[in-house]
Amino acid sequence: MIRGADIVVKSLIEENAEFIFGYPGGAIMPVYDALYDYSDRIKHVLTRHEQGAIHAAQGYARVSGKVGVVLATSGPGATNLITGLADAQIDSTPLVCITGQVAAHLLGTDAFQETDVVGLSMPGTKWNIQVRRVEDIAPAIAKAFLIARSGRPGPVLVDITKNAQVEFGEYNYVPCLGVRSYRPYVKIDQSAVNAAAALIDAAEKPYVLFGQGVILAQAESELKAFLDKTGIPAASTLLGSGALSEEHPSYVGKLGMHGNYAPNLLTNQCDVLIAVGMRFDDRVTGDLKRYAKQAKVIHLELDPSEINKNVACTVAIQGDCKDSLALLTAAVKENSHESWMDRFRELEKEEKEAVVIHDLHATQGGLHMGEVIHIINKFKEDDAILVTDVGQHQMIAWRYFDYKTSRTQVTSGGLGTMGFALPAALGAQLHDYSKQVICVVGDGGIQMTIQELGTIMQTKAPVKVVLLNNNYLGMVRQWQQLFFDKRYSFTELENPDFIKIAEAYKIQARKVTEREDLEAAVAEMMLHQGPFFLEVVVEKEDNVFPMIATGCSVEEVRLS
Amino acid sequence: MNRYTILIYTENFIGILNRITIIFTRRGINIDALTASESRLEGIHKITMEVSVTEQQMVHLAGQIEKIVDVIKAYYFKDDEVVYQEIALYKVPTESLDPGLEKVIRQFNAHIIAAEKEFVVVEFTGHKQDTQALLEILKPFNLLEFSRSGRVAIAKPKFSVQEYLNNQTYNH
Ligand SMILES: Cc1ncc(C[n+]2csc(CCOP(=O)(O)OP(=O)(O)O)c2C)c(N)n1
Ligand SMILES: [Mg+2]
Repeated sequence: MIRGADIVVKSLIEENAEFIFGYPGGAIMPVYDALYDYSDRIKHVLTRHEQGAIHAAQGYARVSGKVGVVLATSGPGATNLITGLADAQIDSTPLVCITGQVAAHLLGTDAFQETDVVGLSMPGTKWNIQVRRVEDIAPAIAKAFLIARSGRPGPVLVDITKNAQVEFGEYNYVPCLGVRSYRPYVKIDQSAVNAAAALIDAAEKPYVLFGQGVILAQAESELKAFLDKTGIPAASTLLGSGALSEEHPSYVGKLGMHGNYAPNLLTNQCDVLIAVGMRFDDRVTGDLKRYAKQAKVIHLELDPSEINKNVACTVAIQGDCKDSLALLTAAVKENSHESWMDRFRELEKEEKEAVVIHDLHATQGGLHMGEVIHIINKFKEDDAILVTDVGQHQMIAWRYFDYKTSRTQVTSGGLGTMGFALPAALGAQLHDYSKQVICVVGDGGIQMTIQELGTIMQTKAPVKVVLLNNNYLGMVRQWQQLFFDKRYSFTELENPDFIKIAEAYKIQARKVTEREDLEAAVAEMMLHQGPFFLEVVVEKEDNVFPMIATGCSVEEVRLS
Repeated sequence: MNRYTILIYTENFIGILNRITIIFTRRGINIDALTASESRLEGIHKITMEVSVTEQQMVHLAGQIEKIVDVIKAYYFKDDEVVYQEIALYKVPTESLDPGLEKVIRQFNAHIIAAEKEFVVVEFTGHKQDTQALLEILKPFNLLEFSRSGRVAIAKPKFSVQEYLNNQTYNH
């Protein structure tokens, strides 16, 4: 017989959890006490805020493909996880969060630090459960891991009452192999594959859109094989970036509100649209009533509730896209689409002249965010990981970073959570200290979780923090400029001395204000052994283009 | 808009009803009626809901419901595809008992299922328009209280939750 708290830790070890990101408190203290004995087998990372813990776990999960583990106490500890849960839920990130809860006999009495965590977290979790008895701990954790990582991944929360943590019980870990009400995978319908192949073979202007589903299914090589055989142009969603090397001849760019010109515009000119592991988010589709109406749509998707949700499809291939892409590749004819591909290349030239030259090749005036990313590309390795926060810098970094390998893109997509980047970068770095992890963040967002510099200091994670400082909540300011008559209502920031802050955390820091100093500063950062903080003061009122304004159609993508 | 009866088969899991209803709350859709009970299969619960939505909304809602880990299966039917009943109870003061009331009870084939000194309880089962009609008639008899259940329903099309459960899971 062992203590419930020991069962928690042993179960996590059994599930091969390598890290726990957490923060202690009264209702979880027995588990922390148990952790003390297992520090050689599982590493605990003490963040500075529970939101930091869950974002770090998300960053870890996104780059490793493993389940991120979070530990927090009851009440405020648990409520501080909510933003991360919602973020992981909408971006399909596998997490197991364990929260302490008041003793079972106090439930419902408004006891100290009692919150209805199961109720609060329900809409933001794939599954959650409250455990009130020691014998239920191991089965709940086993089920939690299965659910978090299988099918379309997502966050799971296990709330454990304090009495269950201190009671003694038998320990016999049995991994959960299935839940009878939960069928995450289906056998792929070959007739749907054949129907899709017929459409693709007959198409003159077929077009592939790929999303994070490709990465989650580990179907990168299957996607590549499909494109190699068919020669179809392919564009990426925000979270799909990295699934296909941007050097691949089929790769034509990025989709969405601040994606590339050709990929958005030509969505309304293709004849067959093949969507792989993406969910037609409104940031990708713009006005749905004017989205790809001319095209027959083929949707390769694991989650049946996504099929026909936003865009009605001609053929749906439900199932894991690793399998469906392989079957589809076998079923289609070899092909090429030179003149159709040329349309993308022509429009790409237009974008280059209208936008890229301004963003990357200015010789006077303030620095542009794009220039910083452009120089980072020179020093980065192929598998360097880019973690971004939310705002203009996010869109610019995404636009200009050279994605070459999978799981190199970590950002808050569906929720757009400011404050995500710094802790997520820490989590991504902890997974592999030898990889370059570059955290691009705005002056607004960094101040939402800036305390995690303390965790970077303590773990010595060699994260490269690149603060693109425009002294504005830039993305909101851009909207105010374009759609609210330049009424800059509460978007200008009076900022602290960031360099002093970084240095106070014993992180080497450097500030760049001039173009001529930029390359040397980036070089210094990239070659530095430990964590590094680079602040680049950029043009205050620069805008991100191309852009599809809210309510507009993809073909109304504007270059200025 | 159509009226749908949704039959949801679930594990007996605390909070499952909450997980289902928040799908509707989030989309601003009213649940017109709801009943929950154990199904024919031991350990499996059956939740019956009545909603008025478009077909497209219904497909979407069913997808969201089935996505819940502890939901086994959700089926939805239009009114002509289900046999359904609702039970209504009417509390009438004893002093209102007169030949007029007797006639009404006979006509409707309703039953007096309890009699106290002060009141009697009339039970009547049918579709909403029938129980509603009786309600309107009983109001002038100084009706004291009225209570109507949600639908209980049996679908006409054939489906088997047992068969679904017996089918081999497709493992990745
Ligand atoms: C938690 C949170 N609050 C508010 C927003 C709305 N929002 C989106 S971008 C943005 C501005 C971000 O400013 P900054 O971090 O400086 O980045 P910039 O756009 O200037 O690059 C805001 C306020 C958000 N996405 N997340
Ligand atoms: Mg800013």
